[in-house]
Amino acid sequence: MKLSLVRDLLDAVVLSGENHLDEEVQSGFGCDLMSDVLCFAREDAILLTGLVNKQVLNTADMANMNSIIFVRNKMPSQEMIDMAKERNLLVMSTKYILFECCGILYKNGLKGAHLR
Amino acid sequence: MSYELVFDVKRGDFDTAGEASRKIKRTLQQLGVSNKVIRKVSIAGYEGEMNLAIHSSGGKIILEVGEEELVLTIEDTGPGIANIDLAMTAGWSTAGDEVRQMGFGAGMGLPNMKNNADNFQISSKIGEGTKIVMKFLV
Repeated sequence: MKLSLVRDLLDAVVLSGENHLDEEVQSGFGCDLMSDVLCFAREDAILLTGLVNKQVLNTADMANMNSIIFVRNKMPSQEMIDMAKERNLLVMSTKYILFECCGILYKNGLKGAHLR
Repeated sequence: MSYELVFDVKRGDFDTAGEASRKIKRTLQQLGVSNKVIRKVSIAGYEGEMNLAIHSSGGKIILEVGEEELVLTIEDTGPGIANIDLAMTAGWSTAGDEVRQMGFGAGMGLPNMKNNADNFQISSKIGEGTKIVMKFLV
């Protein structure tokens, strides 16, 4: 699935990293616990989370996940957006709750990014 | 070729926590290390860096770059871990609410560091500090 389709399906606002929108993504990981992202998430997946702080960007960066979607209308600060731009991370925000985001994306073919 | 990089990490400074791991990742990318190894080192280093900021009185992260392996050392000046076996148990943590609200403190840090490293050694003494040495084959 193209990341531009993810944006459209979730009616999301793109805050940084628009250059990634033409890229394909195969899987997603939805979680507010960054410890679990670092433990269980595959790389090259979308990270969906309602947690908004700098450590979310660090977590995605260290885990080689280059796209983040903040759910429940959560908006990162300008400092976070600048940090995301500097790291070339795609960051979006959507009005949908985490459960709805996962359901919409899964129904359209995105798989879970669980390390097995 | 062999050299080392040293980064200081302060206790409770969650604004800059993650900077050392980021610099380590960029260094390894510039050196042409494989993405698979970089991800392991980055995750283990970041978990260690967060542990220093959360639990220690302050400490250092040292990256040694060798021909065949990368060695990442995380060491602090206290307070030390009373029971290492317990600390290595997935899900066990002494982290407070502030840390949990940041998405950490789930008790997965040390086990995850061990999972990502090819060799993992930890030693600790109450009142003196903790030292973790992780080796990664390149």
